[in-house]
Amino acid sequence: MIRNDFQRQFRSHGSPVTRRTSLLQTIHLDAPLLGGLFLLLTAGLFVLYSASGESMPMVMRQLTRIVVGLVVMMFMAQISPSSYIRWSPWLYIIGIGLLIGVLVLGTQAKGAQRWLPLPGGVRFQPSEVMKLIVPMMVSWYLAERALPPQWKPVVASCVLILIPTLLIAKQPDLGTSLLIASSGIFALFLSGLRWRVIGGFAIALIPIATGAWFLMRDYQKQRVLTFLDPERDPWGTGWNIIQSKTAIGSGGLNGKGWLNGTQAHLDFLPESHTDFIIAVMAEEFGLIGVCTLLILYFAIIGRGIYIAMNAQDTYSRLLAGSITLTFFVYIFVNIGMVSGLLPVVGVPLPFVSYGGTSIVTLFAGFGILMSVQTHRKLLSR
Amino acid sequence: MAKPATFKDHYRETRIFRSRALVATAVVLVAMLVLVIRLFYLQVYQHETYRTKADSNRISKHPIAPNRGLIFDRNGVLLADNQPTYSVSIIKELAGDIDQTIESIGKLITLKEGTTKRFKKRLSQRRRPYSEVPLRYRLNEEEIAKLSVNLHNMPGVSIEASLVRSYPHKSALAHTIGYVGRINERELKKVNANNYSATEHIGKTGVERFYENQLHGQVGYQTVETNARGKITRVLDREAPIPGDNLHLYLDWATQQAAINTIGDRRGAAIAIDPSTGGILAFSSMPAFDANLFVTGIDYKSYKELQGSRARPLFNRGIQGQYPPGSTIKPIIAIAGVEKGTTNWERKIYDPGWYKLENDDHLYRDWKKYGHGMVDLSKAIMRSCDTYFYELAHNLGIDNIHDFMAPFGFGTRTNIDMVSEKPGILPSRFWKKATKSQPWYPGETLIAGIGQGYMLATPLQLAVSTAILANRGKIIAPRMVQSIETDGYIADLPTPEKSKDIILKDPINWDKAIAGMEKVVHNPRGTAYKLSKGIQYKMAGKSGTAQVFTIKQDEKYDASKISEWHRDHALFIAFAPIENPKIAVAVIIENGGGGGTNAGPVARAMIDAYLLPQLANANTTP
Repeated sequence: MIRNDFQRQFRSHGSPVTRRTSLLQTIHLDAPLLGGLFLLLTAGLFVLYSASGESMPMVMRQLTRIVVGLVVMMFMAQISPSSYIRWSPWLYIIGIGLLIGVLVLGTQAKGAQRWLPLPGGVRFQPSEVMKLIVPMMVSWYLAERALPPQWKPVVASCVLILIPTLLIAKQPDLGTSLLIASSGIFALFLSGLRWRVIGGFAIALIPIATGAWFLMRDYQKQRVLTFLDPERDPWGTGWNIIQSKTAIGSGGLNGKGWLNGTQAHLDFLPESHTDFIIAVMAEEFGLIGVCTLLILYFAIIGRGIYIAMNAQDTYSRLLAGSITLTFFVYIFVNIGMVSGLLPVVGVPLPFVSYGGTSIVTLFAGFGILMSVQTHRKLLSR
Repeated sequence: MAKPATFKDHYRETRIFRSRALVATAVVLVAMLVLVIRLFYLQVYQHETYRTKADSNRISKHPIAPNRGLIFDRNGVLLADNQPTYSVSIIKELAGDIDQTIESIGKLITLKEGTTKRFKKRLSQRRRPYSEVPLRYRLNEEEIAKLSVNLHNMPGVSIEASLVRSYPHKSALAHTIGYVGRINERELKKVNANNYSATEHIGKTGVERFYENQLHGQVGYQTVETNARGKITRVLDREAPIPGDNLHLYLDWATQQAAINTIGDRRGAAIAIDPSTGGILAFSSMPAFDANLFVTGIDYKSYKELQGSRARPLFNRGIQGQYPPGSTIKPIIAIAGVEKGTTNWERKIYDPGWYKLENDDHLYRDWKKYGHGMVDLSKAIMRSCDTYFYELAHNLGIDNIHDFMAPFGFGTRTNIDMVSEKPGILPSRFWKKATKSQPWYPGETLIAGIGQGYMLATPLQLAVSTAILANRGKIIAPRMVQSIETDGYIADLPTPEKSKDIILKDPINWDKAIAGMEKVVHNPRGTAYKLSKGIQYKMAGKSGTAQVFTIKQDEKYDASKISEWHRDHALFIAFAPIENPKIAVAVIIENGGGGGTNAGPVARAMIDAYLLPQLANANTTP
């Protein structure tokens, strides 16, 4: 079923790339991506130190997670895209099974059912891995079809995206289901989904959004209402957004300086070390600091797009492209919500926010990107 | 459906992907630009707004309540001070499960159902996150200790200290200096709200209310940096509050105690005035209540109990109780009679035990069934002969009585420095026409002559009129507060405006009437002769027994046969020493029976308490 992908690919620039094999290439790591990540992680740890109220134990715990994440990334990078192709449908079926399992057996945390208890006290969050499995599945499905996709594959892909999205939305976890839906949609978009279909979806979104309002839980409705007007409940749900905007705005162009942010240090900013960490950075490093961070993010995204463009088969292209664009969605939704452009959904700032599971998933995604990049060169030789 | 041929055009697919990837990159760029514009808007365009907001978040000007002024008696005895009190508060955001926190506190100290209910109500009100919400006030030492030991197990729970009013003498001065209570919205509208921004209490009654402005002081401010939990991290600036002025009363604590102890568990009032200044030396209204109860908020049940009690402990009898003055007005009526030429000190009448008007069958009875025989004016005062005064009043006429008594303060408020004073009633033809639209009947003049009928006076009015009598006509205005101490500097209050002194055509009439009053106490035939036992000074007095319950003609008054609540009020007025009066007293015991025997001893005890130390001093330092 993968016969087509073994054909020799069109070479991008007509001239062979220098084939000097570096150490990083042998262990299937991409130097530019790795460099960008290290810069980002370092900056993130500094901001976290300030945002956590100068808590060294917290920084150490985050560092441990980063190390675990790097190991996962390296592991994922060793697996060739051809293996990912083979496993995609099976992983998808297992993933859906786990999501159903969560709804049936899962444990509650903060009013949502996201965790699956494993023997030995370990908890596992299936929705996290679905962030990678869904684009894999859609890429696998579309790579088989003639592109740009016709009506039937488009509908089929939508179903493949909707099933996990709805299962996760039911947990309820709006942030993750949003990220999963967008990862699948990006694969569909990159495969060449026709513009008129995209236009049709955009129009269809209006009644869907209206319908979604009635399906939303109360706390989700609150978030949307508060987003539209934070002042309607300044001491309650509006508090977060008012305080984060105040933190960002008071930072000004140059910021108040590292460890000098009053909003975070005097505890006015809730969740300052997790979802709202960008507000701390904006307060302490100002517009210049945040723009620098955005440039770094953009460089990483650019490298991801470059890897996708140079991938040798459709599957790798779609997967690498959608992972990269989903990474961007994290950034946009997070900064958008903290700065009051978007409603508050629980999306962390990638590689900077303090937190366990999502950072590992992010590393895994970058592992796949590296796999796509490094295995290509081996193949083409 | 037939499977469509899956012909894959790799060149085309790559081309499509590249164009799409470029579109996506463009979208990413635009989206990032949107974020940058948003951040620019917040951080540069609106920077000032948000910087101010961030500053006002953390920098706050906290008002500091000034310490309330203290209240002392004339000898420096502390009557009202401020004591630290401790309350337990909860920060909801730190406490987690609020019900469980309350439960664990409830295991350590007593929490009544109402306490928890009021706390829940306070909690549900709009408030800043991480603010401390008080759960229970007035913790005792043991409770503080129990809580302190367990505080580390109860996140969000803290013990707060603040100064609140305390009345060391509890109920003894509840009606005199009054009390403070939690300020309410209506009261807040009447005062400068800024000055009260940190104040929790305000004077509700008595001196505490009248001198609220002086006692309160000026609010101070503290500019602090606080974190979101309201915890102060730094003090940036401080402007100290100015404490309230201290009040020095005329009150003599010993005299006050004498009044309270001799009234005991009876209902009544006793007031003593310094005739030279009008200063109130003692002011008691019994029964009373513990003034401290009202400071931190009395619970509903106790309040209902106080309010519903038939003995009316919340009722300030001294200025609000209006009683028939009875025979205590006889000395003044006597002077009126001589001044108007209606009678003189030599004239004698025969008293058969009753007086009868022409064309009227009604017998106006004397308190003594078979009369006092031949009576002159002096004896009429000494023996409290009703018949003489029936006749005198009849000849004087009600308007003469009214006009003569009015300058003594009857029928108008004395304007003492307390609140809610009642004016009493001094009847006249005009008064009856205006209030009842009825003509005056001659019989009503007779009973007015012995202080019965329409005539009503407060114990304070009786004390004031007694002081004026003692002063031989010099008018005084009663005052609680003698001086105000501001920042260690004591200044006497200006003497209040007084009306013109009472000038008699013949000043000797003062002394003649007073001589009659002296006999009341010192003559073996006087109605209060018992009071002279062991007395070390000359005292003038007059007893009074005011009817509460009208007995039928020819029916004998028998105290044992009628309900306690219908028995006569016992009254007594007195002053001493006669030549140089230093204290004038009025006492009323509700349903106490005969004035001389029941109210008299209270007056004697008060005068003893005030004069004896002075006499002892005068003897040791000649």
